Amino acid sequence: MSPIVKLLAQRIALGLLLLFLVSILIFAGTIVLPGDVAQSILGQSATPEALANLRAELGLDEPPVARYFNWLFGVFQGDLGTALTSGQDIATAIGKRLGNTLFLAFWAAIIAVPLAIFLGLLAVRYRERWPDKLISAVTLASISVPEFLIGYILMFFIGVKLGWFPPTAISYRPDADLLTKLSAVALPIAVLTLVVLAHMMRMTRAAILNVMQSAYIETAELKGLRMFTIIWRHAFPNSVAPVVNVVMLNLAYLVVGVVVVEVVFVYPGMGGYLVDHVSKRDIPVVQACGLIFAAVYIGLNLIADVVSILANPRLRHPK
Amino acid sequence: MRIPPAALIGLFFTALYFLMAIFAPLIAPYGMAEVVSNDIWLPPSSEFLLGTDNLGRDLLSRMIYGGRTTIFIATAATLISFTTGSILGFFAAVVGDWVDQALSRFVDLIMSIPSLILALVILSVTPITVGVLIVIMGFLDATRVFRLARAVAVDINVMDYVEAAKLRGEGRGWIIFREILPNALSPLVAEMGLRFIFMVLFISTLSFLGLGVQPPAADWGGIVKENAEGITYGIGAALYPAIAISTLAISVNLVADWVLNRTTSLKGGRG
Repeated sequence: MSPIVKLLAQRIALGLLLLFLVSILIFAGTIVLPGDVAQSILGQSATPEALANLRAELGLDEPPVARYFNWLFGVFQGDLGTALTSGQDIATAIGKRLGNTLFLAFWAAIIAVPLAIFLGLLAVRYRERWPDKLISAVTLASISVPEFLIGYILMFFIGVKLGWFPPTAISYRPDADLLTKLSAVALPIAVLTLVVLAHMMRMTRAAILNVMQSAYIETAELKGLRMFTIIWRHAFPNSVAPVVNVVMLNLAYLVVGVVVVEVVFVYPGMGGYLVDHVSKRDIPVVQACGLIFAAVYIGLNLIADVVSILANPRLRHPK
Repeated sequence: MRIPPAALIGLFFTALYFLMAIFAPLIAPYGMAEVVSNDIWLPPSSEFLLGTDNLGRDLLSRMIYGGRTTIFIATAATLISFTTGSILGFFAAVVGDWVDQALSRFVDLIMSIPSLILALVILSVTPITVGVLIVIMGFLDATRVFRLARAVAVDINVMDYVEAAKLRGEGRGWIIFREILPNALSPLVAEMGLRFIFMVLFISTLSFLGLGVQPPAADWGGIVKENAEGITYGIGAALYPAIAISTLAISVNLVADWVLNRTTSLKGGRG
């Protein structure tokens, strides 16, 4: 087997192992800690018999390990259980919302990725001059600004004062046509874009600057090539791997951003669903959402690693 | 020593916010939960400098007390994160072997999912009190300090003076606290500012989601949540606490940047 296949197989196996361990962590986090689901459903005045019945019904009287594996096998079969608060099937509820969330994240990524790479290149081209300094300042600010501030500022000025786009995503309907949908979620998409843009830009800049230190760049400079040609023809192809890595890591960061942004704009996605059910203490829903968020996050990190393995010529053409 | 203007601005605002937090009861014109007007969301006036909030309370007073809560929680969580993270990190580096492996892999596991998601999972079962929040935030963040502290300590652990101490027959406690700690302090202190900012944003986000400080108490994130509904009516009350969070974070960042530039050190991540 070629070393690259072996390396990839190892990395993917590691990702799966990580996901398995995270599922234990999420399950254990809601089991080991004090608190009784049956008690919180029925309230303080419940009779001991009613409590015992409900526990048996929910499978709470089984040992934790058995419950964990029951849950895990259910997950594999697409059965995430039923929500305690509403009695609805969790998989159906999540199915709809996951699509909505992915719609949001997809459009944010489509806008943010090319923009970030372009601005990152610009910052390298004009290093230590005003475009670079401006980009650095914006980055510093955006790291220190909570997502909801960007959200409310856009909502307040663009949504309410200027009235260009609907201030909240209440009018969003999954079955409407694309343009209507996009205009309903224009502001949430803008916020998510801004949230990841700065990080991506900064890391792209760092990745390309790193390549710019190489000897072949100096050679290109001494040949008298134009700065932009050097960056575009020599530096950029060699920094594709780190840049893709940066992109994937930041898309993973969207996972966190999406939770807050959905709450700000009242958008019917996974983030809002999770937050809602944390305060209702609906543990099966929280576990299912936590697992899905974790899986997406780990998956994107895995893709980042796979791409950097594939893009490394030393690994592709072993001696 | 010349302090760059950016750091000076940062220092000024950081000091201002901390002083406001400490002397909140002396500065605030009204009580934190005191309803001062029958009209909600009054615009700023000489009587109520930032207007009133969603229940007719003085927004400025509420924000001064809210800042106190935010800064207190963030500081306490940063301290927990630093003590546990650095001690375990040093310990892993000095002992090495399977202890190091076990601790490092466990930290990798915790860091493989976003802290916010893990915090939400945990908060779905624990009671939501200030103490619980501080402990959860502190321990989740300790993983980042652990990585930094371990990396720094591994480098120091092979220095001649540590070898000498080991040959003298000093115990692990001595090695960790008398040899490694003093030499690892400057990169750790530089990192502290960044961890503090992260904690401020973390507690604000949790409170904003309704899973942090519970009413009638409020921190800045909670005040944003309380007044968020006003935004759709064109009332900007929720923007003030959100701007307060950002200016605090930016100021601390400016100071931390300056400290970082003065001490060559490793940087930790965010997220």
